[in-house]
Amino acid sequence: MHVEVRGLNKKFGNFQAVQDVNFSIDKGQLIGLLGPSGGGKTSILRMLAGLESVDEGHIYFHGKRVNDLPPQERGIGFVFQNYALFKHMMVTENIAFGLEVKKWPKAKIRERVAELVELTGLTGFEKRYPHQLSGGQRQRVAFARALAPEPQLLLLDEPFAAIDAKIRQELRSWLRDMIDRLGITSIFVTHDQDEAIEVADEIMIINQGRLEQKGTPWDIYKNPETPFVAGFIGESTIIEDIGSLRGFETARIWPDTKALIRPEYVEIGQAREFTALSATELGRVGHLHFRGSEWLVEVEVAGSRLVTYRSLEKEVLHPGDFVHVLVHRAYLFNDNDSWIMENNLKEDPMPVHI
Amino acid sequence: MSSMLQGRWWSWGFRSAVMIYFMVLIVLPILGIYGQSLSAGWSAFIDNITEPLAWKAVFLTVKLAIIAAVINILVGTMSAWVLIRYRFPGRRLLNSLVDLPFALPTAVAGLMILLLLGPQSFVGEWADKFGFAILFHEPAIVIAMIFVTFPFVIRAVQPLLEEMDSSEEEAAYTLGATKARTFLRVIMPGMLPGIASGAMLAFSRALAEFGAVVLVAGNIPGKTLIASVYIFGEIESDNAAGATAVSVLLLTFSFIILWLVNYVQMRRKGV
Amino acid sequence: MRRLLIGLTAVFFGLLLVVPVIRIAMGAWNEGWTGFAGGLTRPETLHALWVTGLIVVVVTLLNTVFGVMLSLYLVRATWLGKKLKQLLNSLVDLPFAVSPVIGGLMIVLLLGPETALGAMFNWAGIDIVYALPGMILATLFVTFPLLVREVMPVLQEIGAGQEEAAATLGSYAWTTFWRVTWPSIRWSVVYGVVLTVARALGEFGAVLVVSGNILFKTQTATTLVYQDVENFNLTAANSVALVLAAGSVGLLLFMEWAKSRKEVH
Repeated sequence: MHVEVRGLNKKFGNFQAVQDVNFSIDKGQLIGLLGPSGGGKTSILRMLAGLESVDEGHIYFHGKRVNDLPPQERGIGFVFQNYALFKHMMVTENIAFGLEVKKWPKAKIRERVAELVELTGLTGFEKRYPHQLSGGQRQRVAFARALAPEPQLLLLDEPFAAIDAKIRQELRSWLRDMIDRLGITSIFVTHDQDEAIEVADEIMIINQGRLEQKGTPWDIYKNPETPFVAGFIGESTIIEDIGSLRGFETARIWPDTKALIRPEYVEIGQAREFTALSATELGRVGHLHFRGSEWLVEVEVAGSRLVTYRSLEKEVLHPGDFVHVLVHRAYLFNDNDSWIMENNLKEDPMPVHI
Repeated sequence: MSSMLQGRWWSWGFRSAVMIYFMVLIVLPILGIYGQSLSAGWSAFIDNITEPLAWKAVFLTVKLAIIAAVINILVGTMSAWVLIRYRFPGRRLLNSLVDLPFALPTAVAGLMILLLLGPQSFVGEWADKFGFAILFHEPAIVIAMIFVTFPFVIRAVQPLLEEMDSSEEEAAYTLGATKARTFLRVIMPGMLPGIASGAMLAFSRALAEFGAVVLVAGNIPGKTLIASVYIFGEIESDNAAGATAVSVLLLTFSFIILWLVNYVQMRRKGV
Repeated sequence: MRRLLIGLTAVFFGLLLVVPVIRIAMGAWNEGWTGFAGGLTRPETLHALWVTGLIVVVVTLLNTVFGVMLSLYLVRATWLGKKLKQLLNSLVDLPFAVSPVIGGLMIVLLLGPETALGAMFNWAGIDIVYALPGMILATLFVTFPLLVREVMPVLQEIGAGQEEAAATLGSYAWTTFWRVTWPSIRWSVVYGVVLTVARALGEFGAVLVVSGNILFKTQTATTLVYQDVENFNLTAANSVALVLAAGSVGLLLFMEWAKSRKEVH
């Protein structure tokens, strides 16, 4: 189903939960609403479902305005954060509920329930009550229950929040597969960027009730449009005085401008490891953190502390070592504007040796 | 679409019905009595509550209700502690018995106490021999009040004791606190909100009690006549204005207590 | 220390709660079976028990239906503002703070024969005060909070999640209530109903004031006990009281059972 939202606003008392949100979602897409807790993601989702009234703005499904439709008539499936399974009903009764309410014939209900039990891998658990299931199983029941009445739009509120880290990984790819197979338009809310990046076709970053940016994960990572997005996605360090770093001296012409540098923008090593040595400067290794698959290195350069990764294959550094540091680029921003600046010595055809 | 419209009508009807029921049944009578008490003007109201028998009755009620509440605090806290912390044969039975005063008609409770303390009874004879009176005197009223308010403190303290984290207590022991000290510094503060709200509820119920007391109090004006019986007497003798004035006094008092209980519970939830 | 406390508690329970019940039973059998049966089969006893039964049934029905609905509204309704909900919520408790005698007085003051409303009803041929409707009103007032106070916390605890889930699955209010909400609150409602029945059965002060305690007309079981005591007819009083006490103990047992069910679900 094609979803379109225009000028959406929502207030709870004096708190502006959602502010001027516009977006449209194509049929079959899987969208992640990503942002810090209390940022308004869940409110947007609940307004789409009709569980929360809209203060201002319009919601269109298939080009038809649905603001005044109750949730019962919107043709959506909703997976709640803590699943909200009917705790006095067995797995099959939970899944069948939406079909019974819609007065499907008995035989068709049985068929559909069996199909969903199969699809969600709940075979053997049909007669269990929710409190007899694990977190992951409950999540699958919630998913099956929401899908049973064949909704056109699936809304998921923090679907993995209550699940152990290890099973979460598994469920994520399972959900991704499932939605691909069914081709159903889906929107899920999360505060976990890894989850959004891994699962979603497109991400919408929501902060303080505003839509900061909408795009593919790669797009958002590469071209963050606002400082918030830049800081929220990936790891980063904020540098107050970017002009002090080598290759960025010209940044001094913009007063009150700060820079955000990601670990992957920074390269460290011995002199022989660099081709454009003139763009590097010496830094002192601070703490080293072993991250399982790589080192996370803190390095002190020109009074600023930067963070970068280093492969385990390269020679091991020690705290206090001096290394060459190359900052490839920085994300600059001030109150009015934000842009990406490349290290301008890196491209210099005639390196000046000091 | 028509079914939806119908649904709205239904729900609108339900809403108004429930709200009207609530207003007519609960709010209107209470407003009515306040209105009535002032209908003859302030001076009449003041006259009615400064009537010596009236304020003596109110004073006596408050005094005896406080005594009953204090005894309830002691016995109730102990009982709650015993019922939650100790395992012994008959514990379940005792625990069920706690609710008996809520289930028993107050007039029956009054009759029970009357029989137990009456002149032919063992207690009555014994008291007679030592030359003091229980029945138709203040002690009987206090006993009646304790009986009807007995469950409040226990039922308010029990859940607090139950949900109290034993690790807190254990932490106190590992820090070298003695049993007595742990009880006073760790367990007692945890029970206090329950004791306070239970005692206030018991106090307000004791203020209001009529059935159990009327049979055992003797109802001698100025001596053992408590407020609710006084009000009843005024109604019987067709002095509605006097009854209303004392009622308003008693009501206001109870409302303040109720508000305090809510306040204590709110604060507990807030923490 | 442990033994001392248990012993003290047991003794106190025995003296305060058990001995009185036994004493009533003994009192009822004071004059043997004939005394007990005589006390019970008097026409005024039978009539009083009938009136009490009628009041219990009507009051329990009305307060259950309206109590459950009010609890739902106070916990879930979005059409009531938050402030208004808090206000109504605290108003629910008011009957707890009102002496039953005062509760009766309120009804006499509002609907008594001398008042405008009372005169109106009287003119329409309906007596309220000193008649059954007034007694029912008084008992409704006194018992109203009992059920609401049992059901509201449960509704709060289970949250709106399951009901919202039902809504997104296409279920309307009526179906949602019966299929989703009701199974969760069922045992609290039962518990509240038992409390209401017990209180309605035993209500004395409010009924005494409103009813005028007219023999064969508005006399209830509890007011009959009162009258018997006043007339020094102790054996008869004990017989009726024993029946009431037996009823209460039965309710108490049922209450314990309902409570255990409530905890399971």
